[in-house]
Amino acid sequence: MADIVTALDSARDDTRNPGTSASRIERGRDLRWFVGAAGALVVTVVVGASIGPAGPDWWRVPLELLDRLPLISIDSGVTEAEWAIVWKVRMPRVILGGLVGGMLSVAGASYQGVFRNPLVDPYLLGAASGAGLGATIALTVGRGTTASWSIDPVPAMAFVVAVVTVMVTYLVGTAFRGSHSVGSTGVTLVLAGVAVVSFTTAVQTFILQRNTELFREVFRWILGSLARATWSDVRLVVPYVLIATVTLVLHRRHLDAFRVGDQEAATLGVSVERTRLVIVVAATLGTAAVVSVAGLIGFLGLVVPHVVRLVAGAGYRRLIPLSFLCGASFLITADIPGRMLSNPAETPIGVVTAFIGAPFFIYLLRSRRIS
Amino acid sequence: MIELHDVTVSYPGVGKRSNLALAPFTERVESGEWVGVIGPNGAGKSSLLRAIAGLVDHNGTIDVDGQPLAAMSTRARASLVAYVAQEPIIPDDMSVRDYVLLGRTPYISYFGSPTGDDRWVVADVIDRLRLGDFAGRMLGALSGGERQRAVLARALAQQAPVLLLDEPTSALDIGHQQQALELVAELRSQEQLTVVSALHDLTLAGTYTDRLVMLDQGVVVAAGSAKDVLTAERLGVVYHVCVTVEEDPDDGAVIVVPRRGFPVQE
Repeated sequence: MADIVTALDSARDDTRNPGTSASRIERGRDLRWFVGAAGALVVTVVVGASIGPAGPDWWRVPLELLDRLPLISIDSGVTEAEWAIVWKVRMPRVILGGLVGGMLSVAGASYQGVFRNPLVDPYLLGAASGAGLGATIALTVGRGTTASWSIDPVPAMAFVVAVVTVMVTYLVGTAFRGSHSVGSTGVTLVLAGVAVVSFTTAVQTFILQRNTELFREVFRWILGSLARATWSDVRLVVPYVLIATVTLVLHRRHLDAFRVGDQEAATLGVSVERTRLVIVVAATLGTAAVVSVAGLIGFLGLVVPHVVRLVAGAGYRRLIPLSFLCGASFLITADIPGRMLSNPAETPIGVVTAFIGAPFFIYLLRSRRIS
Repeated sequence: MIELHDVTVSYPGVGKRSNLALAPFTERVESGEWVGVIGPNGAGKSSLLRAIAGLVDHNGTIDVDGQPLAAMSTRARASLVAYVAQEPIIPDDMSVRDYVLLGRTPYISYFGSPTGDDRWVVADVIDRLRLGDFAGRMLGALSGGERQRAVLARALAQQAPVLLLDEPTSALDIGHQQQALELVAELRSQEQLTVVSALHDLTLAGTYTDRLVMLDQGVVVAAGSAKDVLTAERLGVVYHVCVTVEEDPDDGAVIVVPRRGFPVQE
């Protein structure tokens, strides 16, 4: 009975207000996308946890996972030793992959929105080059010296220098803006980013040239890897990823307003410079955190948001949550061949993301243009 | 009502010199009035509109309905002043409905989302601007005239008492120019809007607005009715153009007709 009354109310509301029914349909579509992408992510996590060079048969892992849910009891035949491989080796790697992929994608989408530039990735303002420099400085101290330290200096330095580098870019970009009109910092920030990235890369190269024995280690770090992921890495990045992602999700309406340009957004009531700062800070903190534990995984921060745009539409209401979910699924998937193909020597994940992602992206661009 | 007192706008020039785009400008625009700002390129028309919209730094004071704009937050200002840019940035892959919904930004709290009321206003504006059939369509799929209506719809959804139009018809053919200006006239009378528009077409400016303000190099050179402002001599001096100005014997409309020949020199 209550349902009928609600339906009648809603029908009356629709007659009075044609806009609400259309927007309800629109929100229903959003929800379907989110549920679909979240479902795909759950499947990817299970598949990621099931496949690996050692451990139980792949099909036993989903059964064991189900068995560990409350109220469900299934005999999967997985031994405690096998489960330890799944839970202590594979699972942190899968979860970290999801967090890194999701964070880089959502940060890329936000950077692209806030700078109204489709070629931008989360490394634009120096997060990557700063992290690279920080890691290089930490590595010069030598693993032998730092092994006894309570904090691993490589991710810590990578994180700190990445954040400092982006702060310097922001200060330079806003201090030297050319004119006195609204939204003039967008371009100067990008240019400041180019200068600061060149500078930090130059410093890193100088340090490397003085310490040639570090080449291998720094290069391995730069290529990015999830191979040594532990639960403590996951615990380290979760707060940053969570805060950054929630902040960015809360700003999707503002990102949509940025689509009409800084000046028009300002006339619509958006505090352009302040909102941009909040979005950049959130995206940078999240990026710096994941880069500090996983290295510089390229490509997906640029491309995943574009793939989502092509498939699900360009509105940020949908794009921001979907970029996180799809980026997470993508990196978990890309990590599987990385650990299987050239076992025991791993293929760097940055190579795999580009190897799978680039042809897929080209295919998508081509098919969409034709349709 | 808009009151501007000694408003100046200057842009940074070479070295420490700055270029004055608008000399001290004082004007009062009554509620419900439509004032047309005319003048050659670089006369300061856009600078004036952009100063009222809060897009450029300026000196002097601008009050809307007695409230100084300088002391207002960006959101509060947007609920008083709606601005249509000369060349609005129109995202091709945004639907008309989402685009018009952006006009509700001043009424949505920072972390809030649009309410039923906001959607109601959007649906109503879309209907009134005869965009109902296109509401779900992408902006990139619209014709020039339809896009212009969508831009006006977004400005109207702001429900601001002041509407600023920076050369709203410059990209339209003569038919769409007239339709757009008729629409503004209709909306003005329905909503009691105060309209300030920069216009290039002098005949249209004289026909649709209540009063004209002519700028040249940032300075007001004439203000008043179309008949007073649009004289062949003044247009010759300000625009360096050779024209004749005729008056329609039936409705008194002032018509500016370009003629062949060299412009009048000062």
